[in-house]
Amino acid sequence: MKKLLSVLLVTLLVAGLMTSALAGTADGKKIALVGKSAGNAFFEIAAASFKEAGEGEGATIDVVYPEAATADAQIKVLDNLISQQPDAICISANDFNALQAKLEEAMDAGIKVSSFDSAPNPASRQVFVNQAGTVAVGQALIDAVYDMAGGEGQWAILSATSQATNQNAWIDAMKKLAEDEKYAKLELVEVAYGDDEPQKSTDQTQALLDNYPDLKVICAPTTVGIMAAAKLVQDKPDCNVKITGLGLPSEMLEYTGADDAHSCPYFYLWDMQLLGKLSAYATIALINGDITGAEGETFSVEGLGEFSVTAADDGGTEIVQGLPLQFNADNIEEMAKLY
Amino acid sequence: MNLKKLTGSREFLLFIIVIAMFAIVSVVNPVFFSFNAVTDMLKNNAVTLVMALGMLGVMLVGGIDISITSTLALSGMTIGMLLKYNHISSTLLAFVIAIAIGTACGALVGLLISRAGVPPIIASMGFMYIYRAMGYLISNGGEWASAAALGSFKNFGTDKLMGLSKVIWIIIVCYIVFFFVMKWTRIGRQVYAVGSNAEAAEVSGIKVKNIKLMVHTVMGFLAGLAGALQVAVYASAMPNMAQGGEMDVIAACVIGGVSMSGGRGSVIGALLGALIMAMIPKALPLLHIDALWQNMIKGVMILAVVVINVILQRIAQRNALARREM
Repeated sequence: MKKLLSVLLVTLLVAGLMTSALAGTADGKKIALVGKSAGNAFFEIAAASFKEAGEGEGATIDVVYPEAATADAQIKVLDNLISQQPDAICISANDFNALQAKLEEAMDAGIKVSSFDSAPNPASRQVFVNQAGTVAVGQALIDAVYDMAGGEGQWAILSATSQATNQNAWIDAMKKLAEDEKYAKLELVEVAYGDDEPQKSTDQTQALLDNYPDLKVICAPTTVGIMAAAKLVQDKPDCNVKITGLGLPSEMLEYTGADDAHSCPYFYLWDMQLLGKLSAYATIALINGDITGAEGETFSVEGLGEFSVTAADDGGTEIVQGLPLQFNADNIEEMAKLY
Repeated sequence: MNLKKLTGSREFLLFIIVIAMFAIVSVVNPVFFSFNAVTDMLKNNAVTLVMALGMLGVMLVGGIDISITSTLALSGMTIGMLLKYNHISSTLLAFVIAIAIGTACGALVGLLISRAGVPPIIASMGFMYIYRAMGYLISNGGEWASAAALGSFKNFGTDKLMGLSKVIWIIIVCYIVFFFVMKWTRIGRQVYAVGSNAEAAEVSGIKVKNIKLMVHTVMGFLAGLAGALQVAVYASAMPNMAQGGEMDVIAACVIGGVSMSGGRGSVIGALLGALIMAMIPKALPLLHIDALWQNMIKGVMILAVVVINVILQRIAQRNALARREM
């Protein structure tokens, strides 16, 4: 009898949960998601996750792509959207300043404007959802180097081009973090540039191996670089250098593993799924008035906890997603299907 | 063989430059002086080496083709996607498809130049954009075909035949074939004739239009082959691969003494030029030259080799002239 009762109670509880899940926080709301251009596999992962999370809360999500990856084409898209009056627009901007007039028009028309992936300027948005911050990426990478080198020894960086802003920001973050006493026994011997070109990246990696016979780790925060380096090292059975950095799981599947047969134990990338989900919840929070985009506000995301709105470097506000996602022997197979 | 003729030739001077560069780098960094280092270098420059032969033919008739790396990307990307989605799995078939696509691409460029009379730089510029865009379209807008997706095809980049990488064997075969064809066959001599004086060639019964069509078709054939090699060597196909690499190929030919106005140049020259182009980016980091300076020095070295070559040749010519006056 007791058992029956408990079964009944659990059933009721589950049923209750299900109905409450059905009654989402954004029932009947319309959100338009504006991408940079069609055909960016990376963005589409985030968009799919955004759609899933938004629809899970009862909203209708329209993913719209401009004809070309330009601000002009996005303005056309925005013109159309404003006349349709969705509850919110979430945009990945093709230009920092050029969309301001249109997005202000949208906000004046009562449409909430959030952004993710690539931000329009502070006046054009209410809040921006930022992928892993520069310091978080730098921290993850320097820790990976520390781990793979066994706490001491020589390491090198293989970057894309010397002018790539994001690359330099991560490299600077790594260098700064490496000043900490913990990393004192790590010696950064060189920053090489492979221009995101397999041929040059191979030459540069080979030169690093030749010039520094005691090299332990190469950290390549660029997808082409990490792949070229991982391939070169893996093809040399007697080379024990380890590769890490930022890469795409499908590109790195062949080279990632915990054993000596693989050149890359693990590497990182933003969690595009998480970015999409978080952006969906942030946009819904804007619609429902839980947040307005002012610094210090907080909102909660199911299964992910509390997030807060903080000041962004560009003078606006942002929600920082957090740590990059690690890809290792355990999850790479699964993730390679996605990214 | 006449020693004076040998030492006076442009190829010989280039050969000295190659040996000197090799020696200097080997002294500074002995790592460079090894069989593995050299074969690695050749493999990493297979694409430039192979396409330099095609460019030699094109430049000999006074043309130029800047669409070649787009052709490379289109053919390489096509087999990458075919392998990725399991439409094909045979390495040989992949090579055949890549070469067929490349040949068709080259023939189109050649038709436009020889039949419609469009200047080579313009015609190939148009196709440079078209083929590159087609590469992107085939890749579903930027997808890559990576190592795991390429199956056994990528083994071609690491497999060896008689102790030498298969990729290097392909380079060797290409150079031997070209050496013979350009030097000892009628068609090879006709290419030189068209480049030296197209009108005279036409009058003497050479179908100039067909020769022009042929050199571009051969260029396409080699660009398609290079596409397959690129995918095998780097175990990845991406739509933006080798972008800008056509300049390295043209530079290899120019360094090798191939005249931009046609008629002059040789297979050996193209080989030496391509070797110099391969050695520069390999050597600079080994010499611990700062990364930011490497492109600058690469440019200076290209110009320096060409200028040295021109000066030495003038001296040789003056000496020859002086001998004649005596």
